[in-house]
Amino acid sequence: MSFITRGFSGRSRERDDRLPPGQTLVHDFPVLSAGPTPDVDTADWEFTIRTESGEHRWNWDEFMALDIEDVSTDIHCVTHWSKLGTSWRGVSLDTLFADVETELEYVMAHSYGGYTTNVPLEELLDGQAWVAFEFDGEPLDPEHGGPARLLVPHLYFWKSAKWVRGLEMMDQDEPGFWEQNGYHLHGDPWKEERYW
Amino acid sequence: MSDAAGGSTQVASPGAALRAVPRAGWHAATVAATRRETPNATRLELDVDGWPGNAPGQHLDVRLTAPDGYTATRSYSIASSGPSTRVVLAIDKLPDGEVSPFLVDEVRAGDQLEVHGPLGAFFVWRPGSRLGAAADARPVQLIAGGSGVVPLYAIAQAHADAGDLAPFRLLYSVRTPEDVYFADELRELVAASAPLRLDLVYTRRTPEGWSKPAGRITRKALEDAVIPAGERPLVYVCGSTGFVERVADWLVELGHEARSIRTERYGGM
Amino acid sequence: MEHLDGNSLAGPLAEFFTFDVTMARARCGGCGEVAELARAMVYPSGAGMVVRCGSCDEVLATLVESDDRAWIGFSGVTTIEVRREPSSSSSSSSI
Repeated sequence: MSFITRGFSGRSRERDDRLPPGQTLVHDFPVLSAGPTPDVDTADWEFTIRTESGEHRWNWDEFMALDIEDVSTDIHCVTHWSKLGTSWRGVSLDTLFADVETELEYVMAHSYGGYTTNVPLEELLDGQAWVAFEFDGEPLDPEHGGPARLLVPHLYFWKSAKWVRGLEMMDQDEPGFWEQNGYHLHGDPWKEERYW
Repeated sequence: MSDAAGGSTQVASPGAALRAVPRAGWHAATVAATRRETPNATRLELDVDGWPGNAPGQHLDVRLTAPDGYTATRSYSIASSGPSTRVVLAIDKLPDGEVSPFLVDEVRAGDQLEVHGPLGAFFVWRPGSRLGAAADARPVQLIAGGSGVVPLYAIAQAHADAGDLAPFRLLYSVRTPEDVYFADELRELVAASAPLRLDLVYTRRTPEGWSKPAGRITRKALEDAVIPAGERPLVYVCGSTGFVERVADWLVELGHEARSIRTERYGGM
Repeated sequence: MEHLDGNSLAGPLAEFFTFDVTMARARCGGCGEVAELARAMVYPSGAGMVVRCGSCDEVLATLVESDDRAWIGFSGVTTIEVRREPSSSSSSSSI
C-alpha cells in the first residue's frame, strides 16, 4: 500500500548539481549519535597512531603545536543529506603521518565510546583527511564529535569518526562498526557506495 | 470449544481478550474528527480499517508520504483501548517537527493516513482484579510528563471501564492549566467509583489560588505524591527522555524496584 | 537529540519478526544483565538505530534500513527469550 498523504511535503529537499547522486542539500547540522556523548576533557585527551613497530602519541598541547590548517569542504551523509562549504580547522593526516613508518595499508579509526570505522591509508593522505577540532569558527561541540573528530569528506560522513582517539594500522581492510552492520566497506558518495 | 478425547478445554476467562496482544499490521485510517486538545495539541479520532483492537498503553506508527515518494514515520501513543476500530490519538506539536505540525495544523476530517499497529506489549497494563479480589492486584502509579499522559490516560480509562479495583494514582506534570490533556475525562475518572487519585504539577504557571508555586517536580514532591514503595506498586512513567530518567532514578532511590517500573521515552529533554 | 528506549523498536522490527521483539529478553554480552529489549536505550543515529544495554550502554543490536533491504545486527546478544502463549488453558479438574 502506498498512497500520497494529502498536503504533506516534509522538510525542504533541495537538489543541487554539485551533489553526489541521491543527496539533498541541508542548511542545519543534524545531531544524530550512535550512543551517549563521551565526556572527554582536553586535559585527558590523547591521539595515538599504532603501527606494527610501535605507537606515536600526542596529547592536546602537543597536538595544538602541530601545523593547523583551515579546511572548507562539502560533506555527505549516507542518510541523503549534504552540506556544502563547511569550514573546519584541524591537523592534516599528512602532518600526523610525517614521521610514521608503516608497511601496512589499512587503518581502523577508534573513538572514545568504542566506535570504529575503516579507511585505506592512501585515502587519508594527500590532503584528503584531518583530525578536526573546530567547526564554523568554534571549538567542536561534543555533540558533533568534540574535542576532535576525524574528517574524511570525500567518503560518506560515517567515516568521519566523532570523538576520534587514534588510528590502528591493519594489513587488511577490516569492517568497522557500521561496515559490520550493513554499510559499504569503502563508502564513496559519488559511486553511491552506501550498503553491502 | 469442544474438547477432543484426552484434550483440555479452552476456557474463555474474563480479560482473555486483553491477554494476547494482536499482531501489528499496516492499516488505512480515515480521520473521523479533529479537535484542539490544548493550545499546542490536537485530538485525532481515526477510523482504522481492519484494526484488531489494542491494549491500553500501546502505540502506533503514522507514515506520511510526499508526492516524490519521501516518507516520514513517527510513533504516537494511543489514548483509546479495546476492540473498537475507532482509535484516538493526541498529538503534541513540536516546534521544529516535520510530522507533528502537519498532523496538528493541516490534517482534517476525511483525510487518509497510513498507520502501523498496534505496537508494543511492554508498556501495557491489564486489569488483574475481579470484584472482591482487589487485594490480589498490585496498585498502579502512573507518572506523566506533558504529552506522556496519553498512554497513561488510556490505562486509567481502561481501569475504570473494566471496573478494576486496584488503587490507581496519576501524577501529571504540565506547563500550565491549559496544557492538561483529557481534562474532562480525567475529572470523570477522579469522580468515579473506583477512583483515580490525580496529582497535578504545574511547571510554568499554576491555576488561581494554587497553594504551591510553579516549578518542576522535585524528588520530595514525587515522594509525597506516589504510592509508597512498601506497597509495591506497578509504576508507569512516560514523557520526555529527560523527565522519565529523572523520575525513574528518584523512584529507585525511594525504594521502588527497577523491575516494577516501566518507562516510555519520547525523546528530548 | 535525546535517545529513546526499546519501545520504539516495535514498529521497525514488526516487519521481520512474528513476535513483539520489545518483549523479548536478552542477556547483555557486556554486563550480563537480562532484560526486555523495551528496557534498552535506542539511539536513532541517522545511519541506523543503535540499541544499547540500559545498564551498561554496551551495543546490543543495530538496525539499518534502505528502500529494499534491512540489516538487523544482534552483535551484543547471543540468545533471546520469547514468551509463548499457552496453547490452551485447562479447565480445573472436576474430580
